[in-house]
Amino acid sequence: MLRLEKRPQPSRIWTWATPPLAVLVTMIAGGALFAALGKDPVEAIATIFWKPLFGEFAFYYRPQLLIKATPLILIAIGLSLGFRAGVWNIGAEGQYILGALTGAGVGLALYPLDSAVVFPLMIIAGALGGWAWAMIPALLKVRFGTNEILVSLMLVYVAEQLLAAMALGPMRNPDGHGFPGSRNLRDYPSAHNAEIIEGTGMHWGVAAAVIAVIAAYVLLSRHILGFQIRLAGQAPRAARFSGVRPGRLVLVCLGTSGALAGLAGMFEVAGPAGQVSIDFNVGYGFTAIIVAFLGRLHPVGIALAGLLMALTYIGGEMAQSTLGLPAAAIQLFQGMLLFFLLAVDLLTNYRIRIRKKEVA
Amino acid sequence: MTLTRLLTSAALALGLATGATAQDKTKVGFIYVGPIGDGGWTYEHDKGRLAVEEHFGDAVETVYQESVPEGADAARAITQMALQGADLIFTTSFGFMEPTLEVAKKFPNVKFEHATGYKTLPNVSTYSARFYEGRAVQGHIAGEMTESNTIGYIASYPIPEVIRGINSAYLHAKKVNPDVEFKIIWAYTWFDPAKEADAAQALIEQGADVILQHTDSTAPQAAAEKAGDVITFGQASDMAEYAPFPRVSSIIDNWAPYYIDRTQAVIDGTWESQQVWHGIDEGMVKIGEITDAVPADVKADALALKETMAAGEYHPFTGPINRQDGSAWLAEGEIADDGTLLGMDFYVEGISGQIPN
Amino acid sequence: MGAIDPALLLAALVVAATPILLAALGELVVERAGVLNLGVEGMMITGAICGFAVAVNTGSPAIGFVAAAAGGAVLALLFALLTQLALANQVASGLALTLFGLGLSSLLGQGYVGIKPPPTPRLDLGPLSDIPFLGRVVFSHDLMVYLALALVAAIWAMLKYTRAGLILRAVGENHDAAHALGYRVVRVRVLAILFGGACAGLGGAYISLIRVPQWTEGMTAGAGWIALALVVFASWKAGRVLLGAWLFGGVTVLQLNLQAAGLAIPVEYLSMSPYLITILVLVIMSADKSRAPASLGRIFHASQ
Repeated sequence: MLRLEKRPQPSRIWTWATPPLAVLVTMIAGGALFAALGKDPVEAIATIFWKPLFGEFAFYYRPQLLIKATPLILIAIGLSLGFRAGVWNIGAEGQYILGALTGAGVGLALYPLDSAVVFPLMIIAGALGGWAWAMIPALLKVRFGTNEILVSLMLVYVAEQLLAAMALGPMRNPDGHGFPGSRNLRDYPSAHNAEIIEGTGMHWGVAAAVIAVIAAYVLLSRHILGFQIRLAGQAPRAARFSGVRPGRLVLVCLGTSGALAGLAGMFEVAGPAGQVSIDFNVGYGFTAIIVAFLGRLHPVGIALAGLLMALTYIGGEMAQSTLGLPAAAIQLFQGMLLFFLLAVDLLTNYRIRIRKKEVA
Repeated sequence: MTLTRLLTSAALALGLATGATAQDKTKVGFIYVGPIGDGGWTYEHDKGRLAVEEHFGDAVETVYQESVPEGADAARAITQMALQGADLIFTTSFGFMEPTLEVAKKFPNVKFEHATGYKTLPNVSTYSARFYEGRAVQGHIAGEMTESNTIGYIASYPIPEVIRGINSAYLHAKKVNPDVEFKIIWAYTWFDPAKEADAAQALIEQGADVILQHTDSTAPQAAAEKAGDVITFGQASDMAEYAPFPRVSSIIDNWAPYYIDRTQAVIDGTWESQQVWHGIDEGMVKIGEITDAVPADVKADALALKETMAAGEYHPFTGPINRQDGSAWLAEGEIADDGTLLGMDFYVEGISGQIPN
Repeated sequence: MGAIDPALLLAALVVAATPILLAALGELVVERAGVLNLGVEGMMITGAICGFAVAVNTGSPAIGFVAAAAGGAVLALLFALLTQLALANQVASGLALTLFGLGLSSLLGQGYVGIKPPPTPRLDLGPLSDIPFLGRVVFSHDLMVYLALALVAAIWAMLKYTRAGLILRAVGENHDAAHALGYRVVRVRVLAILFGGACAGLGGAYISLIRVPQWTEGMTAGAGWIALALVVFASWKAGRVLLGAWLFGGVTVLQLNLQAAGLAIPVEYLSMSPYLITILVLVIMSADKSRAPASLGRIFHASQ
């Protein structure tokens, strides 16, 4: 009979070995799925994992990978701080929308001012917008003890309605013949989140994501606040004895993740997306939650997990258009990948022992 | 080398490559905003794609990508198709306008067709359908059929396309029934079956016995069927499963003729950038079968109305028409210009309520 | 300008609330057992297509609903395997389950677009339906509405009075103590998760077979998330789930009715109102000190 035995410490080997193992298992199971759908499994898997990185058009896809991974990583880094401390911000999607709205709002309000201050102002506004939206569940939690999961989630729907109202109303492009959607910020150089080096995909958001990863790493390993966050998550009672003020921690964690999500939204709307439109948000805020856990709430892990998610998105799109795989099959495939990644985690934390049934 | 140049040279290389094999296959790509199983907007575009495949057989290969979000993801999806050697790419949602233009600039040899937009380039055309012609027929039938003189309208978002439809339906209902009143619900969604069902229910409870919809699900049809004495019209697709009652007719998006036409133009080398707005005449807007639930004379009148529009003898927006506030818009006999129609952001006289914003 | 008929409004509200009520009841039991399953949306949509496909093929909505419950439970089993046997994180597993369910349902649903399912008859309650007001509000619905209501009572009674309910709560409050007392924590939780999946599946099928009724991809359109919110809103009490579902359904239906009645109201802001009101009520109810099951979301491993 199989038996699980908890390891005193997570296994170092398995910590690094489990992700590749999960990817491998997913390739096998996914290959079976694709074969069942009548496609060549080897080609499908290669299209998803290999071609974007090393295929004929890798020069185009590699930068795209950065563009796709950036919002995921930015948001997930912020979320991971809260998740470690037991503060559950599920509403990053809403904070992402608000950051985009406030960031783009400043840019649109200053149009057509040609000045170097426009873009920095937009960055500040974007971070503030996301921060303020996250402060609603934070303050309600601290003041009234309301559940932050629910409030932050509800605020996502409110933010979506606000986005539609803005795209159709105040932010609508006055030269757009009455169609919804704002001006295109890419055509407004002062507000455009352009690539720092052309052709690399490196826009300012990528830089921000790199900074966030490093800052989070330093915070968690070197700073007293990082210690408090970890303590509050692992041993809430001990944390209180050692002088951690839970209210302050809630404000800091939700505020930080909100500001980072807001930044992500702002960089997206001013760069890759270009404009405020009804369907601007595509679920990065929710996907980032998965990314945070896949990365084991560790900054470096999150960066890798974000890139892996981005790869399955981009490779999955390629598989759709070149092999005619339905989008649903790709979604299913991503779901499987996550399942296996989560399941093999078992090996990191537990030892599997075979034992004979004890005689009673 | 900059990215633009890289992409262009890649495109050129591919252009040469496809040039060599052009005899056997032309590649046509489709970018969809929803899943092909949405039963409405994207479903109909995909039927157009299948019609292209059937028409050209082995001469043409089609590829598609569904559920493409607007914005950065769209640009990537379109680029991907261009890189893989598509000769012609249809981008089938308004929100793909900017990404289409952006990619088109990098691939001058690939032809692009953007649905419902207004910006063109030498290698980008736009195409759209005059659905308001279909709305005129609907309005006519609705005005004749209503007994409560109350017509419910489930609108999606307050954009010109939707407002145009409301105005056209109202004008033609009013023409045959001066007492008619429109109750309009803005659902703020293109697709949320449960909400559409609730909206239809609310309208029926407010006394509407005709429901018009500008959202894509059949939920309002089912609500009407349950109510028993309410009629509806299919939207985007025929929704024939609810015929002959409550669905008495429908407006069908019929993209196949246009897609076949443009693919042929690419094969012949005669493709040129253009802006088209096709209606009943060209077959882009089809009126689904009017069922026997509609009295024969009403049906005959409705078909006659359709014929005059198809023949170009009648335009649904022919003066005199006033704006909602009573100010004059079109003088007697004056016909609305396409510019005003494309950007329509006002109700015509007689409709109560305000356009949200 | 027609006034709003309160009887019709209430009747519509009861129907609008049923899918989220069913799903939220299932999730309530799951969370009471100390498990947080965020995959409700995925299980609902899977139930929606399973129920739809089977109802169309057999011609019987009843068999369809059974299949929907089974479909939801099968998906929930995946979650149970992950979280109870492989001891994976519940939040991430639940989100992955939603992704998986959405993909699976659209694959299964190919070929069912544009088909009308067999109709589910309104339950004939004879003279009861003719009572003024009450007849329209209470006695004019299909069987599933009453089943959902019965389920509220059943779960309330089960949690409060039965031994099974006691065990469930014990497992949810303190799994280590429950384990020490000899209860099979994992088994209880797996059963609760399966029950939750079945309920979510029923809720999904209510949308695809009765409320809409048709199959289209992504048709649950976020109802699963609302169900999750309801459980927290109800502070893990069955009766309050019902209240919450009615409140939420009510505000949605009311805003559409206000529009239909021709009131000049800013629509885009009114569409936010159900969510804002939920938050508001949540703040008001936070005075109530009832809290989440203590072991909610925590991983249980029996290390002797």
